[in-house]
Amino acid sequence: MTLAAAAGTAAHATTTTAAETHGFLSPTGVEIAFLLVGLVTLGAAVITVTTRQLVHAALWLVVALGGLAVEYLLLTAEFIAWVQVLIYVGSVVVLLLFGLMLTRAPIGRSPDADSGNRWIALAVSVAAAGALVWVVVDAFRTTWIDLDGAPAGSTEVTGASLFQHWVLPFEALSVLLLAALVGAIVLSRRAKADAATRASATRRGTEGTR
Amino acid sequence: MNDVLDVALRLLVVFVVFLTFPLIVGQTEHKVMAHMQGRLGPMYAGGFHGWAQLIADGVKFAQKEDVVPAGADRRIFQLAPAVALLPYLLVLLAIPIGPGEGAVGQVLDAGVFFVLAVMGVGVLGSLMAGWASANKFSLLGGLRTAAQLLAYELPMLLTAASVAMAAGTVSLVGILDAFEWWWVPWQITGALVFFIAGLAELQRPPFDMPVADSEIIFGAYTEYTGLRFALFLLAEYAGIVVLCGLTTVLFLGGWHGPWGADGLGWVWTLLKTAVLAFVVIWLRVTYPRLREDQLQKFSWTLLVPLSLAQIALTGIVKVVIR
Repeated sequence: MTLAAAAGTAAHATTTTAAETHGFLSPTGVEIAFLLVGLVTLGAAVITVTTRQLVHAALWLVVALGGLAVEYLLLTAEFIAWVQVLIYVGSVVVLLLFGLMLTRAPIGRSPDADSGNRWIALAVSVAAAGALVWVVVDAFRTTWIDLDGAPAGSTEVTGASLFQHWVLPFEALSVLLLAALVGAIVLSRRAKADAATRASATRRGTEGTR
Repeated sequence: MNDVLDVALRLLVVFVVFLTFPLIVGQTEHKVMAHMQGRLGPMYAGGFHGWAQLIADGVKFAQKEDVVPAGADRRIFQLAPAVALLPYLLVLLAIPIGPGEGAVGQVLDAGVFFVLAVMGVGVLGSLMAGWASANKFSLLGGLRTAAQLLAYELPMLLTAASVAMAAGTVSLVGILDAFEWWWVPWQITGALVFFIAGLAELQRPPFDMPVADSEIIFGAYTEYTGLRFALFLLAEYAGIVVLCGLTTVLFLGGWHGPWGADGLGWVWTLLKTAVLAFVVIWLRVTYPRLREDQLQKFSWTLLVPLSLAQIALTGIVKVVIR
């Protein structure tokens, strides 16, 4: 109990010192840049989910994900930033565009690119965003990155913390990804076998997939 | 003020390299291809052996009308060449050509990741061009480009990871500092896989199925004219420079050479890059095109296992010599 109280006062002390040294009313250039890039990212993300043009949505997603990479860079997490570009912009969005173009990607508006769930989706996303912002602000309110000191997000620091402190979650995630990989192969093979047997009986099943 | 001047100078040098080296490679391709086929190639423009042929081509491209098809998505159609070209300019910033921090545009902590990540973005340009042209050949070309890139990105990343394991760092400058001559035979499988996968990413022959003229006209770039078409071509040749430079830095020791590493390091880098660029041209002249399914099979059944084997070998040797 006393420990918690001591921790509380210590946290309070750091809060006041942090507020004294880093005021919110006199932002540095990096903080302004962070805010502006954040606004661009948010705007791109909103357009991604509201635009009626499917391929444009995917391209706006590129802007949003690239904006996130810039934010990582501004937070000195260089390694994470490049991985973000490599995985999300370079692979995930390319895969997304590939899938869109293989199925349907008309130039111009898609009249059926609409969902009856949009208000529920809005409510869920606002709730999720609110919870995330609240938790992050509450947890890191007093944490400031020293831009002049040793880089806190360099490859060496990231690698050391990943394989020393977080090695168990890391391995668990690898197993999860492996399971997903195997699952995808099994599903695609079964779908192919099913299609082969069904194609001889009727062709109605393929109508919806285009 | 001095810092600003330094940065400006570095950017200027990288930009000049970006504008001239692709042209030199292009001109070399004209001449080398011609001589390998028993022709002379361009002989008139500029007087001496047609050295100004590509400048004349550039002037011609700039004069042509910039046509956007009526059914196309205008903005994306016009944006695509820039998206295809700019990544290579950014990658050039990170490639060191000599020892020390003075011989690289910008020292990056995670250089390998940076170059591979940014090079991967270039494919978005082809995809955008293929989709926005409102032409089925363009769309098919764009799809083939994407499929090819997805297949060949993996072996490229794996072999680059192997070098990073060997050097114990992901910084391009750091990799060169740690380089020893016996890395070349040690990593030779990785080097071949990296180079071949890079060729495929650039859609150079024999991996030029996405832009094969006898199949689908010019793939994703079919509808482009004038300067925008020239930008796509420039992206291809800038890609050759970047790929050869990266292979040099990662696998061939960059500025390390038998002698003269102190003052002449940059000569070694340029020499190795030039030899590799010659090989790229040579392959174009001598190898038949791979079919689309052969192309996919080649990557998934040969290059990916080979690069995994290279990583295993790197790991074993690394543990043994420690």
